[in-house]
Amino acid sequence: MPRYRILIAAISLALAPAAFAAAPVQEFTLANGLKVLVREDHRAPVVVSQIWYKVGSSYEPSGLTGISHLLEHLMFKGTPAVPGGEFSRLIAANGGDQNAFTSKDYTAYFQTLEKERLELSFRLEADRMRHLLLKPEEVAKEAQVVAEERRLRTEDQPEALTHEQFQAAAYVTSPYRHPIIGWMQDIQTIAPDDLRNWYQQWYAPNNATLVVVGDVEPAKVRELAEKHFGPLPSSNLTPPKPAVEIPQQGERRIVVKTPAEVPYVALGYKAPTLKTAAEPWEPYALAVLDGILDGGNSGRISRNLVRGSQVAAAAGTGYGPSSRLEELFTLAGNPAPGRSSAELEQALRAEVARLREELVSAEELSRVVAQVVAADVYQQDSLFYQGMRLGALETVGLGWNRLDDYVQRVQAVTPEQIREVARKYLTDERLTVATLEPLSLDGRRPAAPGSAMSHGLR
Amino acid sequence: MPCLKTLFSSLLTVALLLASTLAAAVPAIQNWRTTNGVPVYFIPARELPMVDAQVLFNAGSARDGDRPGLAQLTNALLEEGAGDWSADMIADRLDQVGARFSASSRRDSASVSLRSLVDPRYRQPAVETVARLLKEPTFAPDTVDRVRQQMLTTLQERTQSPGAIAQDAFFKALYGAHPYASPPEGTTASLKALTRAEVQDFHRRHYTAANAMVTLVGDLDRPTAEQLANALVASLPKGEPVPALPAPPVPTSQTLRIPHPSSQSHILIGQLGVNRADPDYYALFLGNHVFGGNGLVSQLAQEIREQRGLAYGAYSAFSPMQQAGPFLMNLQTRNDQVDTALQVTQATLRDFTANGPKSQLLEDARQNITGGFALGLAGNSKLAAALGGIAFYNLPLDYLQTYIDRMNGITLDQVKSAWQRHLQPDRLITVIVGGPAATPAP
Repeated sequence: MPRYRILIAAISLALAPAAFAAAPVQEFTLANGLKVLVREDHRAPVVVSQIWYKVGSSYEPSGLTGISHLLEHLMFKGTPAVPGGEFSRLIAANGGDQNAFTSKDYTAYFQTLEKERLELSFRLEADRMRHLLLKPEEVAKEAQVVAEERRLRTEDQPEALTHEQFQAAAYVTSPYRHPIIGWMQDIQTIAPDDLRNWYQQWYAPNNATLVVVGDVEPAKVRELAEKHFGPLPSSNLTPPKPAVEIPQQGERRIVVKTPAEVPYVALGYKAPTLKTAAEPWEPYALAVLDGILDGGNSGRISRNLVRGSQVAAAAGTGYGPSSRLEELFTLAGNPAPGRSSAELEQALRAEVARLREELVSAEELSRVVAQVVAADVYQQDSLFYQGMRLGALETVGLGWNRLDDYVQRVQAVTPEQIREVARKYLTDERLTVATLEPLSLDGRRPAAPGSAMSHGLR
Repeated sequence: MPCLKTLFSSLLTVALLLASTLAAAVPAIQNWRTTNGVPVYFIPARELPMVDAQVLFNAGSARDGDRPGLAQLTNALLEEGAGDWSADMIADRLDQVGARFSASSRRDSASVSLRSLVDPRYRQPAVETVARLLKEPTFAPDTVDRVRQQMLTTLQERTQSPGAIAQDAFFKALYGAHPYASPPEGTTASLKALTRAEVQDFHRRHYTAANAMVTLVGDLDRPTAEQLANALVASLPKGEPVPALPAPPVPTSQTLRIPHPSSQSHILIGQLGVNRADPDYYALFLGNHVFGGNGLVSQLAQEIREQRGLAYGAYSAFSPMQQAGPFLMNLQTRNDQVDTALQVTQATLRDFTANGPKSQLLEDARQNITGGFALGLAGNSKLAAALGGIAFYNLPLDYLQTYIDRMNGITLDQVKSAWQRHLQPDRLITVIVGGPAATPAP
């Protein structure tokens, strides 16, 4: 059924705590500044190795948007020792699984391997941390591939297109206004020299974190890390400019018209994160508020808007407390057949208003806490996710153990605190609204009035 | 930089040694029947205090008859009311113990999944809730209408997605009048016409002990696992097993071009593949790992993306089902590159089918599958997914233990022969969605 959570970052850390005796993390730093985190998990003879760089789309200036992501693609295109394509072939031929991802705040590369083959990952990652070739013909070809990726994921997806313009409208000075994949004109004009400079600037052991989770011995991991990453020189790093978002001074609204069938509306309120909050408890209160609205099928959005008034065919909320910069607390959805985006927007705003006015009930609060406590156990099932959490927290500068007390912090949130963050942050002055107005699919004319609802009426 | 070639060969040696130790590390599947005869497949996983339970039914959209969407509507309605519980009460009961519930319905199977903490204070209410919604869903008229509307919105979303349009057109062309032809999501006309009585009847005939399987992975001892399985399904009526599906007829080769206001065209090319019991499946699968199933390393991605930059993704897969599933190649490219992409894809398939895989590439693919076998079983959700396939398709209980040996036993000639017997590169079904209506035929 169409019920979804909004993905704020590459992965949401909102409900990702750790209280059920997770294995401890061994932490050490090499002389060149590379931080290494190791968590033992001996359930299967498998290891996940991830290398995280402190660079992503929020580090990019205008004109070079998407350069972090394009560079991520080119990291597979060869070094003097490992020719293009050989990286992927070697990992595959050793039974490995691998990929990479770029987010607003980080770029990361990972391999999953049978535990005895961890050294292959270290050897290859250490090599490409400092020795990438970046041949112009490869850059040109890969820019085409990324342009296709952008067409696939954004340009031909009405909701993704709306969401991109929504972000661009919500932020003025924050680099979160730019899409991670970059604007098409930038993807097509970034030069090999731009990439070379970007690589030199950010790909260094003292700007990276190596995360290893799996059936390994920390001492052995350390030995391998020293052997392969130890010889790499560190860099003089210049941290990115603060790029703080200027205060918003009133509600913003945009309309996106594109060929589509289903209307969509998104609301975003500027909200603090663990990095930016004035009061340490505020992000936890916002995370619980997120759960009150959309924590499972019992949340208020499903209960009141999908099942109750049936104004929404699907709707959800999203909040990423682990972002490096100020984030959006987002509510979004599709109106049910026969209902309008305006009606859905009003219903979502009414739910927000209720949070500003009334205290949440003890039952609702206990349901959210129960879900957080259970999620704390469930998330330990995935080696990849465990690594993801350590790497993301460390890379945004919170420290890998910042959410170790997540369950306790969530349990300590009171109804009054939830009302307080709603009153302080979920206000019209901090709001941006984006509405997708579908154009007819068989031309670029507006859809006939009522055509969206005619499907739904029996 | 140390010499990687040397490293590589030493790792290959390690790989061969490991294959046997890995097989030994594969968990054994325990198998029994509930008191009313439902087969249970159980893998104990004692490390984390949680359990993943799944009930599968032979009740996918292949059982829709002339009512496309019936199976999925029935499946989606289970959590919307049971006995005297409303949808709100069911949601509260599951969420307040931190349980995660999901229901899904595909062409072959329909299922419900429950993830719960293993502590009986949380587990028992969750299991009791799921058992009741399997046995006594209410299908209240207003709820049927609401979920119908949600499914209609999903269908509308599919009409704005070139990928979904291509998928539906491909299955229709491939399967004609066969039950696999229609989309599990239904059609607008059929969804509007579905009645509550039809949903009730579908549930009564399909959600029975004779049609069910249970899988369990988690921190349970055997007696507790037996209790849990009984609690989930032992009160289901016995019922009758559904009849076997007919084998699909060989489809007519054709090319469909569907205009769509998208900047990319989605291209699906394929034909009938094999069913899950076909002994050739493993040779076809291994060959496909060379051809298009192993990401950027595969031939298809090499030709389309790595050599020419034509697409972000290009892959192929065999999807065996109870009856012959599709062999499908899939890519997306800018509208003005469609003809080039088609030519490259067709030529790559022709060459691979005629000549078979290169020996080194086949060994690399085999190493990827066998050396990476443990990756697919690392974690309870991965074990649960593997168990679901074994249970539904009635695969042998030692399927996981024998998998690596099976893969190692396939020769290059067997791969080549299987591809030549099953694939006819001149008899393909091609669907292209995207671009203006005026695009000329190839």
